[in-house]
Amino acid sequence: MNAFVSQLLAGLATGGIYASLALALVVIYRSTHHVNFAQGEMAMFATFITALLIEAGWPYWAAFFATLVIAFAMGAVIEALLIRRLRTAPVLSIVVVFVALLVILHSLAGWLFGYAIRPFPSPFAETSWYGGSLLSPHQVGAIAVTFLMLALVYVFFRFSPLGLCMRATAENPVSSRLVGVRVNRMLALGWGLAGAIGAVAGMMIAPVVFLDVHMMSGVLLYAFAAAVLGGIGSAPGAVAGGFIVGVLENMLGTYVVGPELKLSVALVLIIGVLVVRPDGLFGKAVVVRV
Amino acid sequence: MSPQGRPEGEYRRAQHEGSPVSEVLLDVRGLEASYGATRALFGIDLQVAAGSITALLGANGAGKTTTLRALCGLIRRKGQVTLAGQRIDGMATEEIVRLGVAHVPDGRGTFTGLTTEENLRMGASTRRDRAGVHADFERFYEYFPRLKERRHQQAGTLSGGEQQMLAIARALMLRPRLLLMDEPSFGLAPLMVQDIFRIMRRIREEQNVAILLVEQNAALALELADTAYLLETGHVVLSGPATTVRSNDAIRTAYLGAVEAAA
Repeated sequence: MNAFVSQLLAGLATGGIYASLALALVVIYRSTHHVNFAQGEMAMFATFITALLIEAGWPYWAAFFATLVIAFAMGAVIEALLIRRLRTAPVLSIVVVFVALLVILHSLAGWLFGYAIRPFPSPFAETSWYGGSLLSPHQVGAIAVTFLMLALVYVFFRFSPLGLCMRATAENPVSSRLVGVRVNRMLALGWGLAGAIGAVAGMMIAPVVFLDVHMMSGVLLYAFAAAVLGGIGSAPGAVAGGFIVGVLENMLGTYVVGPELKLSVALVLIIGVLVVRPDGLFGKAVVVRV
Repeated sequence: MSPQGRPEGEYRRAQHEGSPVSEVLLDVRGLEASYGATRALFGIDLQVAAGSITALLGANGAGKTTTLRALCGLIRRKGQVTLAGQRIDGMATEEIVRLGVAHVPDGRGTFTGLTTEENLRMGASTRRDRAGVHADFERFYEYFPRLKERRHQQAGTLSGGEQQMLAIARALMLRPRLLLMDEPSFGLAPLMVQDIFRIMRRIREEQNVAILLVEQNAALALELADTAYLLETGHVVLSGPATTVRSNDAIRTAYLGAVEAAA
């Protein structure tokens, strides 16, 4: 029984990692209706910047918030310089650009920061009252941070006027301009927010998997699966999806098929869910009458 | 003033004999626009007086929708467009809207994934007067009780007529000085069309807004409008007070379905 609980909790810890990056994917999707394959690499890049700042002697939280600002600016600049030019391009062209962006950021990081694997500090204490024998304080802290981000993203999109404008812009840019929304600003803002959330994900993931150029390559795929499973337009869905993927992967690996096939089986189950519910577990189908 | 009498490549200046002199809100001179290599507008001249209703008539493909899209900067255009003395022909759509030009677009432009109320809130997204916005919600829900019933419903699930009401209410939420309306009667059942036009009369009476109305239903439009322009293949071929235009023979046969067959 104890082993079961420990597997469950370990799955939740991994799931939290998927969930936090899935959240960044949802933010881009809600504000631009694109799925940014380079999201993981943007997060990795931002995490390297945190590491450099910490190496330069900055306190952790100063480096943390400086990284949020830099990651926000990085996202907004990528939108303004690159993605904006492709506004009228077909979806496949945009997908190619996202894949290119992934490769470019990946090799740029390797060139700038090297391919060595580095440790990355956690803001949470080594031992603490909230970390028991089953979960480390960092795992508990990372899950809490994920839920905090979820709450912020949810409230922002659901209740704030700016969040409403961003949703409207993603859905119908022309109608948005016709009610006076400065669409370019909204899109840059969406990319900036996603960049900052991705950076938080990166900083929470790095202490677990260690910081290196490849740290996000695996995570992005599962974050993507998590986001789609939950419903790509739904922040709570993405987080739930992340935890489901994490737990499923761990449980299947331990009790059913062994570690080699655990992710394949988890993904097969996800495909099964999507066949029955194409909009994801929490996604709502947009009904359009004409 | 017959459509055939138009000089080659020229436009005819509007002659408003007998129309009351009132302040020109929108002044358009020599408006041109193209879709790729195809020219759609060949120098449109038109004026909309403050608080008036101006109808833009014409057959399919005459350039009515293009004119509206060019006016609010949704497509590239040349020519001089002045709103209350301010040049707007070089401005981005969102900036023109912020000067008080609302648009009920072709196809209604519903935010299908948002609720009815969120759609309306988008209409007021540039306004900062919270109390005024709140009062306008109540006012336009009273204009369109159906929208109030469906305020929390996803807007994509509304019927065509309800979405048209939503498009009008959303445009009014901006508190515009000028309302550009693209075929508000399109695809609606006759009763619903009556309803929409009744509301437009009420808007004219209660709101201080000028309307530039694009309509295929010329009879209804001319009943409502003060001034009318007739477009043919991107040229203004006839213009004047609505009563004059209504009694024009060419208009009667071609657009009002008068019984005497066209020669």
